[in-house]
Amino acid sequence: MPSKTFAGKTVDVDNEGFLVNHEDWTEEMAPEIAKEEGIDNLTEGHWKVIRFIRKDYQETGQIPTIRRMKNAGGIPTNELYELFPQGPAKKSAKVAGFGKPQGCV
Amino acid sequence: MSDSKSEAIKKVSIVVSKGSLEGVYPGLIMANGARMEGIEANLFFTFFGLDAIIKKRMNKLKVATVGNPAMHIPSVLGIIPGMSAFATSKMMKEMDKLDIPPVGEFIEMVYDAGTKLYACKATVDMFHLSIDDFCEQTDSIINVGKFYEIAAGGQIIFT
Repeated sequence: MPSKTFAGKTVDVDNEGFLVNHEDWTEEMAPEIAKEEGIDNLTEGHWKVIRFIRKDYQETGQIPTIRRMKNAGGIPTNELYELFPQGPAKKSAKVAGFGKPQGCV
Repeated sequence: MSDSKSEAIKKVSIVVSKGSLEGVYPGLIMANGARMEGIEANLFFTFFGLDAIIKKRMNKLKVATVGNPAMHIPSVLGIIPGMSAFATSKMMKEMDKLDIPPVGEFIEMVYDAGTKLYACKATVDMFHLSIDDFCEQTDSIINVGKFYEIAAGGQIIFT
């Protein structure tokens, strides 16, 4: 299994660079994962998304859909697309330390 | 990524021509899915598909229970009053579990995701409609020629 080092910590990742174990994730790793996705600077807006994904997973056992981020997380869809361009669900999940989302919406 | 020889799709223009619930959702799911993958998406609503963006109708679309063999009920039962409403509410409940929104909210979602929505001019004229009849997310009323212009360089999907 491939591995990668973020913020000095080596973790297992899948072929597309998603963390295999979300427990391996730390906040310090997020900016470095984001850089791989072309996001050079994590703003407060990005952190709001990341924290909501982490929290929602703790509470529901699933990462939230884009709709849930809007309705339960108060993150407008157009903002999410601006924060994580060219793939908001995938990229936000990746930066938050989760696997690739499997749903269709 | 799975096949480096195939070029990635960059743009899709999806025609929604049917006004039943099951006729409208596939186009919306495909447009939304395209945007989620960073693919440019256009939706062109024509004929009864226009109901999906008509303010007064968009949240009242129903599943067809007659002439729909995949419903697995005889058409003669499908004509019973309330049957379509019943099937619709059951399907909506299942979709809500998957976080698939009702049509009005879905239109808002695909629009916020950057999809452009267009109404077909021929149908608008035929049904004596105007731009005021459509939801605010509707970009404009366009003819077929304009549609092809907008769709240029991408894939066209007819549903």
